[in-house]
Amino acid sequence: MGLWKTINIALIALKVNALRSFLTMLGIIIGIASVIVMVSVSSGSKQEIERAIDQLGSNMLSIRPGASVSGGRHSAAGSATPLTEKDITKLKHRFDFLEGVSGSLSTTAPVIYGNSNWTTSIRGVHTDYIDVRQWVIDEGRNFSERETRSGGKVALLGQDLIEKLFGGETPLGARIRIKNVPFTVIGTLQAKGESSFGRSQDDVIFIPISTARMRVSGRNDRSVPDMVGNIYLTVSLDSNIQIAQQELTEFMRELRKIAPGAQDDFSVRNFSEFIRARNETSSTLGLLLAATAAIALLVGGIGIMNIMLVSVTERTREIGLRLAVGARRNDILMQFLVEAVTLCLIGSFFGVAIGVSTGELIRQTSEIPVLLNVPIIFVAIASATFVGIFFGFYPAQKASQMNPIDALRYE
Amino acid sequence: MKNVLIECQSVCKDYAMGGEVIHALSNVSLTICKGEYVAIMGPSGSGKSTLMNLIGALDVPTRGDLVVDGLNLSIQAPDTLAEFRNHMVGFVFQQFNLLPRTSALENVKLPLFYSRKPGGDADDQAKACLQRVGLADRMHHDPTQLSGGQQQRVAIARALVNQPSVILADEPTGALDSKTSLELLDLFQELNQSGITIIVVTHDQEVADKSRRNLVFRDGRIVTDTVINADRAV
Repeated sequence: MGLWKTINIALIALKVNALRSFLTMLGIIIGIASVIVMVSVSSGSKQEIERAIDQLGSNMLSIRPGASVSGGRHSAAGSATPLTEKDITKLKHRFDFLEGVSGSLSTTAPVIYGNSNWTTSIRGVHTDYIDVRQWVIDEGRNFSERETRSGGKVALLGQDLIEKLFGGETPLGARIRIKNVPFTVIGTLQAKGESSFGRSQDDVIFIPISTARMRVSGRNDRSVPDMVGNIYLTVSLDSNIQIAQQELTEFMRELRKIAPGAQDDFSVRNFSEFIRARNETSSTLGLLLAATAAIALLVGGIGIMNIMLVSVTERTREIGLRLAVGARRNDILMQFLVEAVTLCLIGSFFGVAIGVSTGELIRQTSEIPVLLNVPIIFVAIASATFVGIFFGFYPAQKASQMNPIDALRYE
Repeated sequence: MKNVLIECQSVCKDYAMGGEVIHALSNVSLTICKGEYVAIMGPSGSGKSTLMNLIGALDVPTRGDLVVDGLNLSIQAPDTLAEFRNHMVGFVFQQFNLLPRTSALENVKLPLFYSRKPGGDADDQAKACLQRVGLADRMHHDPTQLSGGQQQRVAIARALVNQPSVILADEPTGALDSKTSLELLDLFQELNQSGITIIVVTHDQEVADKSRRNLVFRDGRIVTDTVINADRAV
């Protein structure tokens, strides 16, 4: 006997009690719909996190000067000995696994072009900075090594600045002024959008770090003539970032002559870990949501079992007759199992439709990130099938074990 | 020697009921040949229905051998018995036992659904059987749209659809009026003349009179076994 015929029998049986079948299905519909919505929402926020990490570069580390400690008293962060060009040179010399290294010396100042001006973040950087922080040159070119070293008066503009100062026109070759120093725009940066902290990353201008030090930052500390602010570096993808982080920390302690047992006056940070930790709560919440959805599905399954038991009892005579005309126990088992699974599958199709449209609605009307993907739908349908088999088995088993004579006489 | 279809040798059937053992059949020995038309009579609880259920493989004997068409039903696996019920016997019940909300045609096709032997087109076979019982024009009707006699004819068509060797009818006229009963008995006679063995369990002397052999049961034993209507032998 064919499976298709069995499914057909199941459909007829379900149609006979259409309202009851629908009410039973409702449990599965709600269960599947909530599984889809919950999983979509939690994988949406997971995707958001991954994107933030990707943007930072998963192989990027930063070194920042920490708080100086004198006589047990901590000063403000950044008050310790600044990092310098010499540190960068030594780092490059010491470690093969470094792919790019750049300082970053930031200050905020107004940028003037013609009669418009805009106060923005001015960042003095090395040539590697673009690659290390995963920026892309949109138009024009990056600084040359020579410009970086010798205080070239050239600038790379972020998209926000182009919008504000140039009204979207190409700024290549234009002359702008920062603190009365004229700069030539030699390139533009592709937009990056908001950072995971919600600030625009495109409101920025890059200039060579030497120029920033000498002419713009106002932090040209005579005692440290070659300070570089923070150092950003990328390690090659085949090296272990945790080990690199450890080795860098040890090396920096050596360079800064920190006695064994004393506290670091700098920090080596791994950004992707930082973001992951920050978002741990949101993934825990996602797990909780998924668990709630699974419980909804479980309750739906219990409803299926309940109604299948009723159905088996109601159809005792039919079962007796089927046995009398030659149905094997397995045939009866399959018939009721297929009926339960069919109920669940039809329910899951409705559930998928409702779940997907609810997810879409959330995506369009709220800030909550939602990621609807095809695997979720398959997982939902597969779990509905599983629920059908699991909760349909006992009633089907009960039906198949009936004594044909008693079943035929059942009133 | 005639062709033996059913052979009972000291068949016993005990039931446990409320801690008490009831001997529904005790030491029944009986031979039924192909093409016979047997009526089994006796009071309620005399064991006649039990024998019918054993012959139809709905149940197995407690002791003794029951061989039908060379197959010893006492020692078969459940799936073999199911197959046996499917193509060796056709049941006709007092209450018809048709599937509700299912057309006459679909009801007749039911045994074919469980049939594992390759056959022709199920629709054609079922239609031919409905034709044989005179219901060709009612095949798309639901049981509720058919009279009692018509429903029983559908049930007979269902019993015939796998070309069984024997039809087992348990009080087939019990729920019918006398006119319809007579029509049904004519149909049985017709089927018997075409070579099908028929065994009828009945309370009704008129039904028994139409057969060619009467068995009377009492307390789980055969008390009389008489051949009647010998002149009508095939």
